[in-house]
Amino acid sequence: MLKPLNTAAQLGYRTAFGLFELPMATAQKLIGIKRIAWMFLLPNLLIFGLFTFLPIILNFFYATSGGDAILLAHRPYVGTENFASLLSCTDYLDPNTCRRDVFWRAVYNTGWFVVLQVGFMVAFSLLTALILNRDIPWRGFFRSVFFYPVLLSPVVVALIWKWILQRYGLFNAGLEDVGLSSVDWLTDANWAFFWIIFVSIWAHMGFYTLILLAGLQAIPADVYEAAEMDGASRWRVFSKITMPLLMPTMIVVLVLSLIRAVQAFDEIFVLTGGGPGSATTLILQYIYETGFASRPQLFGLAAAASILMAVVLLVLTLLQLRVTRGQAEN
Amino acid sequence: MVTKMLLAGCTALSALAFSAGIANAVELRFQCYQDGNECQAWSEEIKKFEAKNPDIKVAVDEVPYKAILESLPVQLASGSGPDLARVSDLGGLAKYMLDLRPHLKDADYWEKNYGDELKWTRVNGPNDNGIYNLPDQLTITGPFVNKTLFDQAGVAMPGDKATWDDWAKAAVEVAKKTKTPYPMAMDRSGHRFAGPAISYGAKYFDGKGNPITVDDGFKAFAEKFVKWNKDGTMAKDVWAGSGGATYQDASQEFINATLVFYLSGSWQVARFGREIGDAFDWEVVNSPCGPAACTGIPGGASVVGFKHTKHPEAVAKLLDFMAQEDVYADFIGQTKAIPANKSLQEKRVDYPDADSHVKKALAAFTIAAKSLSPRAFEFQGYKNNRAIMNATAARITQAIVGESTLDQALDRINADIAEAVKASGGAK
Repeated sequence: MLKPLNTAAQLGYRTAFGLFELPMATAQKLIGIKRIAWMFLLPNLLIFGLFTFLPIILNFFYATSGGDAILLAHRPYVGTENFASLLSCTDYLDPNTCRRDVFWRAVYNTGWFVVLQVGFMVAFSLLTALILNRDIPWRGFFRSVFFYPVLLSPVVVALIWKWILQRYGLFNAGLEDVGLSSVDWLTDANWAFFWIIFVSIWAHMGFYTLILLAGLQAIPADVYEAAEMDGASRWRVFSKITMPLLMPTMIVVLVLSLIRAVQAFDEIFVLTGGGPGSATTLILQYIYETGFASRPQLFGLAAAASILMAVVLLVLTLLQLRVTRGQAEN
Repeated sequence: MVTKMLLAGCTALSALAFSAGIANAVELRFQCYQDGNECQAWSEEIKKFEAKNPDIKVAVDEVPYKAILESLPVQLASGSGPDLARVSDLGGLAKYMLDLRPHLKDADYWEKNYGDELKWTRVNGPNDNGIYNLPDQLTITGPFVNKTLFDQAGVAMPGDKATWDDWAKAAVEVAKKTKTPYPMAMDRSGHRFAGPAISYGAKYFDGKGNPITVDDGFKAFAEKFVKWNKDGTMAKDVWAGSGGATYQDASQEFINATLVFYLSGSWQVARFGREIGDAFDWEVVNSPCGPAACTGIPGGASVVGFKHTKHPEAVAKLLDFMAQEDVYADFIGQTKAIPANKSLQEKRVDYPDADSHVKKALAAFTIAAKSLSPRAFEFQGYKNNRAIMNATAARITQAIVGESTLDQALDRINADIAEAVKASGGAK
């Protein structure tokens, strides 16, 4: 019954290949078989060059020019003035002594955010993955529950939490109902910083839990059985078997969450707008506001800040590569 | 036979001429944003213009406000973009605007009726008498008061010449007696801040027109404002709740009757009329006084043509049509806005379908428009006024939340503005 269809399919394939054969043969003759690979790579190289490399190069030109013009031809060359202005501080530990105080506040905020958010998120993700890896009732349901926030848009996540945390929000209403006084969750600098970390962990933890769960399930069961026969304690099993075997997955999780934390923007921007003051302004928001929201738009300064951020990300990535290679060699 | 042939020939020629006429019709692109129904209202008026001028077609492209703020300047800087647009950053975009004066039959009509707002786009030195913008909506900052709360508290509303201190005292008393969460609030905006600052004596510019934002008057109101935010007289959430220069209003708090006194502006009137309805009585009152004045700040949108247009005459013709009193009155009536047109301000616009609160509020703002401080107009027309506004919002907030002292914040405001002036190529 299928024979006529097969014949038709074969005919189709032959026709299709026939169509390609002539131009391919011609191309091989013209540019040679060794260089034909470049022909296949060309479309991707063009797109990559146009939308990735060219903007990076343009960014350097913007970073070394001043004024408010958009066209490079109309922008005066200022050399390293933008970088010098960003890095000018009397005391680097006190942003108030820096020429760009908000930039330095954003740098410190980003540093604290990365350390705390990544640290707590990886720890909670690991704990959750370890629990979900056990044979507990409703395991499938809990796995879905933890993953569900990942499916939400960051703006939706922020709006939900803003509704909960605002002065007359759900949380304070609950506190007042039980006779407690309301708290300025989003207008007190410390609380606002706590909540951006909490909300960010809540929104992204499911993704990393899933990766760690996959890593845990990839550990062969016979290793655990051997440890059980040897009478190893739970802690010993965790520290000597689970963690070492989970380490490659942990590194992936660490690197992904680290880069994501440095690039955090949307949730925080909607939740706190970077406030109160600049208490939750991270580096990406500083770049956006300097380049686009300020009047006049200081493209040069924003470009210089983005280059400094790229350098930090590059260092982090190189560190990660080194650690990963070390792990692979071990 | 000959007659028939001639008739046929004439008909064919007419058809040819007509189709050629349509093919040669000038097409203008009008990029429009709206807070309410402004683009629809202009589209209605433009249909009448097209009927009178069949050789000109106008395509109205409705775009979000963000596109006008962020995309349009990029288009204009690269020499492209629409023939005309509805914009609010008048000083910032003035360098791209088309001077209509050479194409207008009666430039005096424009000067007489829109003179104050025309100055906002004259950025080419003291001899610049160009006509660049049609102010299609005048907005004025001013206070809204929840009168029902005053009545419930049994507190008399301060009078027309009441000071900021009078209003603060009364609002706090009302809030206490009625257990209302917020006595006062002001939109998080340097534009809103400028009105009371000028009332306290802030000059914003020296005699030569150079910005001198922080002076004794500015500092006096800044001190009061920071103190009020810290002691709860002002709703701290509004200014301290955001970072950078992000705009934040307190309209929802006013609509929810959780706010006694709210400094915002005339653009809120239509919304309040729609959303508050009969829930409580609200009023627009005179801007509170400081030692120097009792003023709000004007603002609003204008329709402007651009230099790069290939059809400057057609653009001027359209804008001249839109500026005429009957057309303009129709637009203002539909959009429930304050007219910038002086003649209409005198005659008062009839707002069909508006309820009594809205009509009263619009009448109050129309009267306020006539007594604004000249400093307020100067501030609104300054090309770098957004830099002043942004620096004010961002830095005063830092003082409110304790990131810096007020003195440090004021120094930063001056530094931010000096940098913006330098980046934009000078103070003027």
